[in-house]
Amino acid sequence: MTRTVDIARRRKRRCMLFSGIAAFGCAVSAVLAAGFGPLDIPLGQVLQTLAQHLFLTPASAETTNAIVVWEIRFSRIILSLLIGSGLAISGTVFQGILRNPLADPFTIGVSSGAAFGASVAIFFGLSGTIPFLTGIGFVPAAALTGALLALAAVITLGSMGGQLKRDALVLAGVVVATFLAALISLIKSLDEDSVASIVFWIMGSLQGRSWQHVQLILPWYGLGLAILWRFSRELDILSLGEIQAQQLGMNASRVRLWLLVGASMITGASVAVSGVIGFVGLVVPHLVRIVQGGEHRPLLVSSAFIGGLLLLWSDVLARTILPEGAELPVGVVTALLGGPFFCLLLHRSMKRSSQ
Amino acid sequence: MSAHISIQNLSAGYTDTAVLHEISLSIEHGEMIGLLGPNGSGKTTLLMSLSGVRKPLLGSIQLNDTNLQQLPPKKRAAQIASVPQYTGETPDIEALSLVLMGRYPYISTLGGYSANDTKIALDCMKETATDSFAYRSVRELSGGEFQRVLIARALAQQTSTLLLDEATSGLDIARTIEIFDLLKQRHHAGKTVIAAIHDINLAALYCTRLIFLKHGRVALDGAVKDVFTDENLTEIYDTPIHTFNHPITNAPQAFVTPGSVAGSR
Repeated sequence: MTRTVDIARRRKRRCMLFSGIAAFGCAVSAVLAAGFGPLDIPLGQVLQTLAQHLFLTPASAETTNAIVVWEIRFSRIILSLLIGSGLAISGTVFQGILRNPLADPFTIGVSSGAAFGASVAIFFGLSGTIPFLTGIGFVPAAALTGALLALAAVITLGSMGGQLKRDALVLAGVVVATFLAALISLIKSLDEDSVASIVFWIMGSLQGRSWQHVQLILPWYGLGLAILWRFSRELDILSLGEIQAQQLGMNASRVRLWLLVGASMITGASVAVSGVIGFVGLVVPHLVRIVQGGEHRPLLVSSAFIGGLLLLWSDVLARTILPEGAELPVGVVTALLGGPFFCLLLHRSMKRSSQ
Repeated sequence: MSAHISIQNLSAGYTDTAVLHEISLSIEHGEMIGLLGPNGSGKTTLLMSLSGVRKPLLGSIQLNDTNLQQLPPKKRAAQIASVPQYTGETPDIEALSLVLMGRYPYISTLGGYSANDTKIALDCMKETATDSFAYRSVRELSGGEFQRVLIARALAQQTSTLLLDEATSGLDIARTIEIFDLLKQRHHAGKTVIAAIHDINLAALYCTRLIFLKHGRVALDGAVKDVFTDENLTEIYDTPIHTFNHPITNAPQAFVTPGSVAGSR
């Protein structure tokens, strides 16, 4: 008996260690990443600026460097951490409720809704900011609205048979996504001038994002996270399948609906701010599952940190790899990194299942 | 006193085609029932109806004089536990976590599993001899070990009734006997056990009562000795079957003869 308890303690320690290292990695990376960029800023100055803002020490005169570090770089770093962790969390949830390892935050068409909303805003030339709501652009607001409407449509379609079934959900997601993709194509063909902006938006980028965008995403992120944490224990039961969940006394369709809404809120807000950033929500849960198994609560915690870390450094790469301040869309970077990595994971699981 | 479970004129299945037709059964406390019948006869549908997963199209199921459909899911799961078929598909979580799920009907909305829940789960794992791998991932377990963990989970639900849907299919003889010995033990401790069993001889060895389904209707229902006869089995399975008594327990056992099914050569 002592032996088995030892095993339990060792595994718990491994989970704690893994998420602890990842969390520490996030904190250190956030500071280090603020030193990267076209403007060369020494690390000491970066640290000084961050300390000033974080610990509210009396500020010396605002220098250009300090503004660059805090207003431009650090806001973007925080945003990349939020979005990366959000995508990884909702990817974990979607893979759990759909019981499909290939599901990701975009499987049920939330991203298409956001892309459609953004396209409409771009089409009508609403590139400015909403009056009275300082700094929040029309495009992210329209994208968020589109994402939530798409979610509502998918849930309505998917639950037409009375209950929210897994297969119906996936099918409804495909239908909604395809239809919205067609509408986006329609918008593009009607207005050739906006094609470039729409395409660039869909590719996913954090260029020019600021603290206002963090403000836009935070309430949705917090609300979604609270819902997901509340139902994370049920997620383990749900991953055994609908029938067993019901036999264990769970109202499976109600729990699935809540989880869906929570995950989609986070995804919708992320996509609204950054466009469609692929592979983070797909790859990160797989990677973490290999290290610490399939239990959902530890999985969600570690996935969040790893996802944040991944997007943070992908974004640093995206904004520094091209010369003279030009940027790659970060969605391209994550796809380029994630594709081969996913092949490796696939190869690994194939090898294991053939043994 | 009325029956523990009373099924009245139950029709169940899919909205357009019923699988079960007008089933009426009465099940007393502490029975060990083998649910038998050819493939597609409706055994699984009946178990699904009993566990509340499938709603009746017509008729009703009364559990201790309460309509099963009117019980909230958690209340229902505190009275009837199910052990699913072994599919080979297992999540990557530790065995104790899987058994703890059996305590789900008892936890409050915001509170988690308590220390008492963990204690009950561990006790149930001891009963099923699965405590030695409580902290291992169920992915690393063999089929027999995994099914025993699922039985531990059903025991952790602390229900009066246990439903099993071919819980030993895919397992070898020794593992099968192990699991049925365990069920027999629970039966002696007072649980009502209803098990869909593919192997009619196994059912005859362990059960007190056999219910044969055919084409979604009850074809036979009674004590093993009364219903397990050459004529009855031959008719139900459309196959010539001979029965002999077990050399040690004296339970009737069935034998088939190769090449004897009508239409085969």
